[in-house]
Amino acid sequence: MTGTDRLALALSWVVALGCVIFLMLPIVITLAASFTSSAVYTLPPPEWSLRWYQSLERRSGLWEAVTLSLNLAVVSTAISLILGTLAAIAVTRGSFRGREAIATFTVSPLMMPGLVVGVALLQFFREIGLRDAYVSLLLGHIVITLPFVMRTLLASMAAFDFSLVDAARTLGLSYPRAIFQVLVPNLAPAYLTGGLFAFLASMDNYPISIFLTDARNKTLPIKMLQYLEEQPDPSLAAISSGLILLACIVLVIGSRTVGLNRMIQG
Amino acid sequence: MTGRAERIGLLALPGLSFLAVIYALPLFMLLLKSVQIDGQFSFAEYVAFFSDSYNLSVLWRTLRVALLTTGLALIIAYPTAIIMARAKGFWLSVFLVAMVLPMSVGVVVKAFAWTILFRTRGVLNDTLMSLGITDAPIRMLFTETALIIGAANVFLPFMVLPIYAVLRQMDSRLPEAAASLGATPVFRFMNVTFPLSLPGVVAGCAFTFSLAISMYVIPSLIVGERQQTLSMLTARSFLYLRNEALGATISSILLLIAISVVLTSSWAANRLGARQ
Repeated sequence: MTGTDRLALALSWVVALGCVIFLMLPIVITLAASFTSSAVYTLPPPEWSLRWYQSLERRSGLWEAVTLSLNLAVVSTAISLILGTLAAIAVTRGSFRGREAIATFTVSPLMMPGLVVGVALLQFFREIGLRDAYVSLLLGHIVITLPFVMRTLLASMAAFDFSLVDAARTLGLSYPRAIFQVLVPNLAPAYLTGGLFAFLASMDNYPISIFLTDARNKTLPIKMLQYLEEQPDPSLAAISSGLILLACIVLVIGSRTVGLNRMIQG
Repeated sequence: MTGRAERIGLLALPGLSFLAVIYALPLFMLLLKSVQIDGQFSFAEYVAFFSDSYNLSVLWRTLRVALLTTGLALIIAYPTAIIMARAKGFWLSVFLVAMVLPMSVGVVVKAFAWTILFRTRGVLNDTLMSLGITDAPIRMLFTETALIIGAANVFLPFMVLPIYAVLRQMDSRLPEAAASLGATPVFRFMNVTFPLSLPGVVAGCAFTFSLAISMYVIPSLIVGERQQTLSMLTARSFLYLRNEALGATISSILLLIAISVVLTSSWAANRLGARQ
């Protein structure tokens, strides 16, 4: 290694370590701020306390928002996994034209401005007379989750040996059973990765949900921004810390079963 | 077998028809609405939008913030991706956790954390003052710089990961081969590593830019109403002003920008792919 090499490498390490700190900073700050005893955000906290976690009980509508968000995330991810499996099989195994275009189309909501999709859905649902906020939110959240599922399933099915499915069929399994008992278990890592990211994206979505809610159906991100406007005390950091804990759990599940490196490349 | 391969295509129908009706059709209707006034075809809404100097300043600010965010993210991400691609064992795990954990924590949480950091009597100012860099606290929240730092922070993993993926696949013997042929480090980087990493750079920039151009939660928390961006203006025209014609026009402009970013980047990726 020459001197220039070493210098470049050392500088890259400095940037890379700085990047790690920069990325972890918001998470560390939120956790620290949530355990403060003071009523304002002073860091480091003058004294550690759980009072803001206890105060969450008194937040009106928080529990409803949490259950609605979990409900939407689970149901929309499940529907997306079903729709995504069928579409990904069609794109991978089908012989029709335009499969490439279909693949791009099904992943494209990832690149579209969420707010614009929200506005478009708001006007469309009004046009067709759909007034039920839960149904509107659910349909919107399937649009959010489906591309995450499609992206990982398309990538992993391209590498899957479909002769396994054919073998299962010659052994007497029907096509749906062969898919469910051979393909799905073999692609478990892709299902887990796609499903987890889809779930988290749904939990976090604000720009689409804000146009589809009504007074009684408010998702957690919407409720959090509302609290922030009305009463921005450290209990918000406590809610955020709960969400960070959720992300950590998801990550531990993912890294134990799939491995982190596969998770990000899915 | 052709019969079955064709029938397999039918499996795409449920998902495709769902997206066609609940995603493509509404977006198409939105575009249509923006060029129609009372059922007549007209670009009047666009003319009105572009002749208002306030709207133009919002458009310019949105583009500027998105460009600077993408640039800042790229400067941090590129060396990080190079180190990550070489890392093994413990350090690789550190980098992977640092990418995936922030990606899994929501935008609302992270944007909120930055508002704590940027407060006038917040962590950053306290640190700066205790280090003696500044005497009095600097106003950071509600500034464009704060917005760019916060946005770059949120979108950074989407820049690092595509570059990392490409570099990881690159045969590490290529730069070594160039070195054994006497290529200098600078020459090697410019002619071997950098060109090979370009598809990742293009993908990362396209993704970051399209996220930054349409971000809503981050600017509403960090800069607030005073400095509008296109998406904040869209939300405001629908949710508060009830000016749907304006909202439809702005969202169509955002949509067109997003679509052109997607098309340009996939064109660039194809060109790069064909060259190699």
